[in-house]
Amino acid sequence: MNSSVSEASLELDYRELDRIIEEDYQNDKENLIMILQAIQKTYNYLPKPAISYLAVKIGVPVSQIYGVATFYSTFSLEPRGRNIISICLGTACHVRGGDRIHETLVDQLQVHDGQTTSDNRFTLESVRCIGCCSLGPVIKVNEDMHGHVKTDEIKTILGRYE
Amino acid sequence: MKITSIKDLDAIRQASFSRLYAPNGVKVNVGMASCGIAAGAQASYNLALKEFSTKSGVSISQTGCIGFCEMEPLVEIVAQGKPRMMYHHLTEDKIVEAINGYLAADYHKKWILGQMRDPRNLLEDDIANPQAKVQPIEGFPFLEDIPFYAKQTKVALRNCGYMDPDSIEEYIARKGYYAFMQALTMKPADIIKTIKVSGLRGRGGGGFPTGIKWETCAKHPGERYIICNADEGDPGAYMDRSILEGDPHSVLEGMLIAALAIGANYGFIYVRNEYPLAVKRLITAIKDAEKAGLLGDNIAGTEFSFHIKISRGAGAFVCGESTALMSSLEGKVGRPRAKYVHTVEKGLRDGPSNLNNVETYANVPPIILKGGNWYASMGTANSKGTKVFSLVGKVINTGLVEVPMGINLKDIVFDIGGGIPRKKEFKAVQTGGPSGGCIPARLMDLPVDYQKLAEVGSIMGSGGMIVMDRDTCMVDLARYFLDFLKEESCGQCNPCREGIKQMLDILTNICQGNGKEGDIELLEELGVMIQRFSLCGLGTSAPNPVLTTILYFRDEYEAHIRDKKCPAGVCKPLFHYEIDPETCTGCHSCAKKCPQEAITGDKKKPHQLDQTKCIKCGICYDTCKFDAIVIR
Repeated sequence: MNSSVSEASLELDYRELDRIIEEDYQNDKENLIMILQAIQKTYNYLPKPAISYLAVKIGVPVSQIYGVATFYSTFSLEPRGRNIISICLGTACHVRGGDRIHETLVDQLQVHDGQTTSDNRFTLESVRCIGCCSLGPVIKVNEDMHGHVKTDEIKTILGRYE
Repeated sequence: MKITSIKDLDAIRQASFSRLYAPNGVKVNVGMASCGIAAGAQASYNLALKEFSTKSGVSISQTGCIGFCEMEPLVEIVAQGKPRMMYHHLTEDKIVEAINGYLAADYHKKWILGQMRDPRNLLEDDIANPQAKVQPIEGFPFLEDIPFYAKQTKVALRNCGYMDPDSIEEYIARKGYYAFMQALTMKPADIIKTIKVSGLRGRGGGGFPTGIKWETCAKHPGERYIICNADEGDPGAYMDRSILEGDPHSVLEGMLIAALAIGANYGFIYVRNEYPLAVKRLITAIKDAEKAGLLGDNIAGTEFSFHIKISRGAGAFVCGESTALMSSLEGKVGRPRAKYVHTVEKGLRDGPSNLNNVETYANVPPIILKGGNWYASMGTANSKGTKVFSLVGKVINTGLVEVPMGINLKDIVFDIGGGIPRKKEFKAVQTGGPSGGCIPARLMDLPVDYQKLAEVGSIMGSGGMIVMDRDTCMVDLARYFLDFLKEESCGQCNPCREGIKQMLDILTNICQGNGKEGDIELLEELGVMIQRFSLCGLGTSAPNPVLTTILYFRDEYEAHIRDKKCPAGVCKPLFHYEIDPETCTGCHSCAKKCPQEAITGDKKKPHQLDQTKCIKCGICYDTCKFDAIVIR
């Protein structure tokens, strides 16, 4: 975890933030959740300076934005890895051995849920149902879905992501 | 072009007819819902496009999910005057050969699921079956006759897998927006009356009568809102995703009709963030509907205006609860509130708000066109119409099925679902997600409707049906659901926040072999307390999975606590694997796969398992074809 390093060296592009807040979401505080999603898409997480800037722009206290950012599981206040692995722990995946896949991932990456590998290559996140139950157990790496995953295939799958 | 009348719809319908039913040349429809894409449909689509885009006479198109998820990627190939062939597992390596085969009328029998007898939906009975004059090819079953489809009746799923979800023309060609045009000529009270007569109840889980909800909402003054709940949070349920990805216009049309009936000008669709494709297809659908003058100001040249905004959730199960959802729509933390005042009176922005689920809205257009009595003719006394279930877990034919209410569980699991893989012993079905319960094998004759499911301690919920075999540990399953709910509890009220945690701690202890006498009774007591005193539906239903598993599988709990054994072989501290020397054939396949090299033995002689090396990963158990690996 090297959040302090990246945070300090992070240069925010305020024009991009303005574009998101003003153009895409019309400075409307009802759009807070979607604005945060857009910011996270740009930076891979929610940088603190961006939250402060957003608070002033839409007139919502930082505390309230922080509340929203920590309530919803999508948001991360820390930088994440280059590749995001979402392991599905929905019921259908669970009864088809999703836990074993989870254990194997934890074992191979040496990180727990929500953590990032020391080389910044992977962040492991568990999600509850991606809605591809028929393919269980499922893992999603970035936008790619991998179905019917077996423990001995994980190494090969992860090997495809740099 | 702006659509202002049924005549305009007719013109589009006629113009799009050939595209759907009698294409020029050969048309390849690739099933491109999330699950299809995950199974490799995108690669098949791309390759087909690359291979045939320069050749005239072959067009490649996309459709939504036709439901038989186990068989993905599903691809349909059609041509005028030829049978409509549905191919299964049509991955990249097969698609070109399959298309070339179809062109040469040399069909690949092994790859074909069946030929479609009639591609029309239930609203298109005013045209003849386009396949009626086509000579079926002998030796290929009709798709409608194979067990997975034979007992289904498609109302909400009427277009999923039969048309391009990104094409408003194809939706209109399948009689889309006709119901809305008809509703425009009806009095709001008559629309509500039709819905009431139909007996349609909320398909999201609560099962509240839709017509009564609309009527109550319409009575309250102020700016009213129409909201669609697409925050499909129940793990194991994905019918809403499938409808949004396969037929987004049906939801928009349902919302439009609700807006007419209730008198609303603004609508919201709250979609889970985990469904990016559904959001993409919805955005396209809304834009196209706006272009056609079916959304926006002065719709179809009338005074009526309706605008729909999409809001994306951010991963919170509790936001499926109505008040939490509305709070989230306002950009706030999604915490429920007590419902002394219902949301139909004061909901979003304190205005009267009508919230229905995706599937509920998708059912509305057929009800308007075919009448409330028609819909009420299907189903049971208290549950009318059809319901979509996602049949998943330990079942051969996983997929989405739409069946008339009242069908019994056995028919769903064994006839449609094809039974349990590897003929293992069937144990239970879990319905209703984390708020539901487990129904044991001995109650399999139960007709599925709202009341019957409630009688056995479960709920209909959104329609997830998770089949479990002898390898599923019911204590572990209860622990799994509570773990889920502990994470998802918003933390506002004590009974839910603290109670679930206490129950989870007890269950975790039991699963780790530290259960003690009295634990079961304590779980029951805590469960009843949480049910009675929690603020919202998440808490009041949270103990259901525990209470039903105790009710039906008490012996498993007792085995964990008293004998320190997990009969299903799931809770690691409570079992070990052994090789039965009588049944072991010495095929060596388990030894080859064991990551710990714990299994040894000469070929064709019974093998041995070294307990000190075994990590109980279960690979040998899954691998053995002779059931020689046993749980002790």
